[in-house]
Amino acid sequence: MTTRTLAVVTAGLSQPSSTRLLADRLAQATADELAAREITADVRTFELRDIAHDVVNMMLTGFPSAALKDVLDTVTGADGVIAVTPLFTTSYSGLFKSFVDVLDKDSLAGMPVLLGATGGTPRHSLALEYSLRPLFTYLRADVAGTAVFAATDDWAGEADAVNPLPGRIRRAGRELAEMVAARENSGPVDVFADAPSFAQLLGDL
Amino acid sequence: MQFGIFTVGDVTTDPTTGHTPDDTERVRSMLTIAQHAEEVGLDVFATGEHHNPPFVPSSPTTMLGYLAAKTERIVLSTSTTLITTNDPVKIAEDYAMLQVISDGRMDLMMGRGNTGPVYPWFGQDIRQGIPLAIENYALLRRLWDEEVVDWQGKFRTPLQGFTSTPRPLDGVPPFVWHGSIRSPEIAEQAAYYGDGFFHNNIFWPVEHTATMVAYYRRRFEHYGHGAADQAIVGLGGQVFMRARSQDAVREFRPYFDVAPVYGHGPTLEEFTEQTPLTVGSPQQVIDRYASMREHVGDYQRQMFLMDHAGLPLKTVLEQLDLLGGEVVPVLRREMEAKRPAHVPADPPSHAERVAARAAAAAPAPGSTAPVADRWTGRTAEDDAPAAARAGSAFGL
Repeated sequence: MTTRTLAVVTAGLSQPSSTRLLADRLAQATADELAAREITADVRTFELRDIAHDVVNMMLTGFPSAALKDVLDTVTGADGVIAVTPLFTTSYSGLFKSFVDVLDKDSLAGMPVLLGATGGTPRHSLALEYSLRPLFTYLRADVAGTAVFAATDDWAGEADAVNPLPGRIRRAGRELAEMVAARENSGPVDVFADAPSFAQLLGDL
Repeated sequence: MQFGIFTVGDVTTDPTTGHTPDDTERVRSMLTIAQHAEEVGLDVFATGEHHNPPFVPSSPTTMLGYLAAKTERIVLSTSTTLITTNDPVKIAEDYAMLQVISDGRMDLMMGRGNTGPVYPWFGQDIRQGIPLAIENYALLRRLWDEEVVDWQGKFRTPLQGFTSTPRPLDGVPPFVWHGSIRSPEIAEQAAYYGDGFFHNNIFWPVEHTATMVAYYRRRFEHYGHGAADQAIVGLGGQVFMRARSQDAVREFRPYFDVAPVYGHGPTLEEFTEQTPLTVGSPQQVIDRYASMREHVGDYQRQMFLMDHAGLPLKTVLEQLDLLGGEVVPVLRREMEAKRPAHVPADPPSHAERVAARAAAAAPAPGSTAPVADRWTGRTAEDDAPAAARAGSAFGL
């Protein structure tokens, strides 16, 4: 069996958090679908809360701490990413955006990404589509068609009898698994390997 | 190995007293600091170049020219000279003048500058930083190497029959460093020309510095200037010392906590672990900096940032006493003892470059070069129509 790495980034602040719960469910659904394709998922989950200070410090100093560098390397080198944030005042949380801001803008190009969000009421569900999806489109990530929003009521199991949360999670997991299984991971960009020669630098003038 | 100090020239309020020097006071402090650097036995003083407050050193060669007259031994340099927003013609003229005035006791470091608004003030665009650095430096080299220059490029008005004066001292241009923190293109440029590469690592983890320097060394060898370990490397550093390390930490912390660039960010403890900043006893500084060669190989110049974040002049001068009196003599000994014989101890001095050129250019007996016209620098051959070819603007 081959192995694919799934990096799970969750920006929930409380512990335990419903955002983490959704992230775990999405990761499990993806891993199950990969297993059905004879692929083992190596799931690495990161709570941004744990590296919140490091993210702000990187914004101030320009370089990541060792702990943050590990997270950045794992996320940008993964075969697929699951990104889940709570919705604060109509959009992704500031911590979530800050983490995206310290990523190199080219580092998620072509990356299969599954988006998820949590909120108090289903009336915020489209925030996934007007805030998260354009963000990852800008990064040129390959975003799964299904993005999963879980409101507080969804955890009761009867909030949406026609299209319940577990069904949406399964569908999203299947979509990400298909993208991850199909993708050839060329690894993180090596700026030194790709650096132009002096002749190229002159030629580009 | 050379040891020196480099200054950003920031005007920063002393957080412990509330005192903010005015520009005049800050400039004069820099002059005092530079002269004291020579008095305590340091080898190099370098000034930054900035064109926006809160920085004062906008006119480096004025400052360095004054210092050339007031000092006798210390090498005067820059950290950095803006190759992007300065006219390369003016750089050629200013630094050749400084070279003549200082009798070759100078070199300079090219840098791009990272302040977006400065570029348009000088008619440029920060997004063109790398191409500007490549083209402007190629022109600068020609202005120094060739008596009469015909040139056309993308960023500057063309030149026909231009001669930059004064001509370089003894016909040998100043030694040039290229400083960059993140751009492999600049390490490539330094390697291509066989110039020095300076990694200003003061705000960066040593692993990153090691990667950049290794790339420069590899490319230096690729271009045939010598073995990788013979490439000319400089590093930045930042220290604050007192005899007892807890005194150093207590005194420096208020400056660190609100310092420009990194203030309000990582703690002093985190930052000293992640970057070369060392706050403690002179012995701690010795231990930290003696280990740098393990990451980047034997290198030729170590510069320290000593006078920023609002530290009062008196404190800076005391720091220089400790640096020159207790730290550098030991580091000098340790580095020299470990350096392999084939690796240069120092960056090339003017005298060494003159000798090297004489050795390389010693004509075979009986050979004659075409005679150049005294005033136009043209030879008869130049009047033959030259076929235009790609890269001809760069003398390739």
